[in-house]
Amino acid sequence: MAAGTDVLNPPAPARRRGKATRRARDERRLAYMLCAPAVVVMLAVTAYPILYAVWLSLRRADLRFPAQSAFVGLANYVTVLRSGLWWQAVANTVIITVVSVAIELVFGMAIALVMHRALIGRTAVRTAVLIPYGIITVVAAFSWRFAWTPSLGYLPRWLHLNGDPLTAHASSLAIIILAEVWKTTPFMSLLLLAGLALVSNELLEAARVDGATAWQRFTNVILPVMKPAILVAVLFRVMDAFRIFDNIFILTQGSNSTQSVSILGYDQLFVGLNLGIGSAMSVLIFVMIAIIGFGFIKGFGAAAPGMDTER
Amino acid sequence: MSVSGEKRALWGLTDIVVIALALVPVVWIVSLSLKTPATLTDGAFFPQHPSFINYRGIFHTTLFTRSFLNSIGIAVITTVVSVILAAMAAYAVARLDFRGKQLLVGASLVVAIFPLISLVSPIFKLWLRLHLYDTWPGLILPYLTFSLPLAIYTLSAFFREIPWELEQAAQMDGATPFQAFVRVIAPLAAPGVFTTAILVFIFAWNEFLFAISLTSTDAARTVPAALAFFTGSSQFEQPTGSIAAAAVVVTIPIVLLVLVFQRRIVAGLTAGAVKG
Repeated sequence: MAAGTDVLNPPAPARRRGKATRRARDERRLAYMLCAPAVVVMLAVTAYPILYAVWLSLRRADLRFPAQSAFVGLANYVTVLRSGLWWQAVANTVIITVVSVAIELVFGMAIALVMHRALIGRTAVRTAVLIPYGIITVVAAFSWRFAWTPSLGYLPRWLHLNGDPLTAHASSLAIIILAEVWKTTPFMSLLLLAGLALVSNELLEAARVDGATAWQRFTNVILPVMKPAILVAVLFRVMDAFRIFDNIFILTQGSNSTQSVSILGYDQLFVGLNLGIGSAMSVLIFVMIAIIGFGFIKGFGAAAPGMDTER
Repeated sequence: MSVSGEKRALWGLTDIVVIALALVPVVWIVSLSLKTPATLTDGAFFPQHPSFINYRGIFHTTLFTRSFLNSIGIAVITTVVSVILAAMAAYAVARLDFRGKQLLVGASLVVAIFPLISLVSPIFKLWLRLHLYDTWPGLILPYLTFSLPLAIYTLSAFFREIPWELEQAAQMDGATPFQAFVRVIAPLAAPGVFTTAILVFIFAWNEFLFAISLTSTDAARTVPAALAFFTGSSQFEQPTGSIAAAAVVVTIPIVLLVLVFQRRIVAGLTAGAVKG
């Protein structure tokens, strides 16, 4: 009914002074009323908890020793930043993020080109790639785990592997990256497909007439036009990959030093029950994500999606 | 036309490769779910003697059926509420002029990239105090929070494309504001709303970190969380077959959504990306 009531009072093309201000005020009030519920829900579950996390991170708060709770300043941060475990998790997270997003960008672009230009079977391809996008990450991770488990799966047999690849550090990381790439390449390719739609056929045709090879057309015509779409896709995926949790939880549970920062934080909070240390990690993860986001927007000029809603 | 035929064959081959890569892990978990305990470890890609024994097993335990119901209920409620709240906000963003619009959009972007792990322990402690721990609302609330940015973003992209002048035109022709909304605007907005609903549903259906952190029993545990703690249909059985079967059952709704609404999902995911 929100839209219905506004009909009585549509944004007028011709505004007279007195009426216009009242109308503008009414419009603003309606806008606030419409946005209020969403804003309240978003703030309630983020603003207070993150402040609470900051507060917890400054305290010794170990649920196993509740009597020893006390304000400890930045001691938890010092502990975390001095721990090899933390830096191992940061390194894993960075490796997984960089490698998987790089691979996804290449495959995503290839799949986007297939979906865009294929003479036949476009619908079939689009439908098929939506399956990895939609499937529950935990389900996909189980499928990969079973596929790689020697007594169970088909992959060790096909690849003639000795031993269990999920019990060694490097091969575990590789499998985590594989699972991540399989699951999220479709998302990347759909965002790229949207950018590809902006490339004009006339421009491509003109380049072809001028004798540009397919590769030249791709690098000199298609890529520049697609740059904004590529940056948005990479930004989204980097942010998302940096939070990786589900795949690792199912594939290795973080064993063999395959923890990501999120897995490590979870272990501190829910297994170690050390809320102080866990919260310090949480805050550090938040800060890292924020730095990455700002870096992208400032450094590469990636338009933050939605920041330009006013046309 | 031989060139064209060759080209078609090449494209057909490319299509098949892409489709195969997309589907192999899904086919694998289906075959695993159809294997009997005796052939489970034979390492074959396809089951030699397909059997539904694993499916019968999981539907005989409340462990799975309960979490399946939780998943459906929580995802559906999240979807409905999120889309209603987001539609209101998106209407304001797309159509009204107000101070703080940039702030709203910026804030929802921040929520969208929020690392969930940073919030689980404070929410966990808060939920214990508010008696929301291990309840449906305890999961629905954070799911709303983290689906709203996506929903507002997608919906406002769709709403901007609606020719709102039609509404006035209908009123000019004698329709009441309500009629104008129901007959003219609602049908135009429906595809965007529907698409957004699908994306929110997929998000809520998929979520895992909150699901394992904020639940402890089958009162609110959703399927992804239940899968992680699965112990098999009986205590002495390896849970692999049961996990595979449960995984297939919860994948069916997603496959149906994708098959029926492929175009809408693509449209939704790409709605705001281009303008970027």
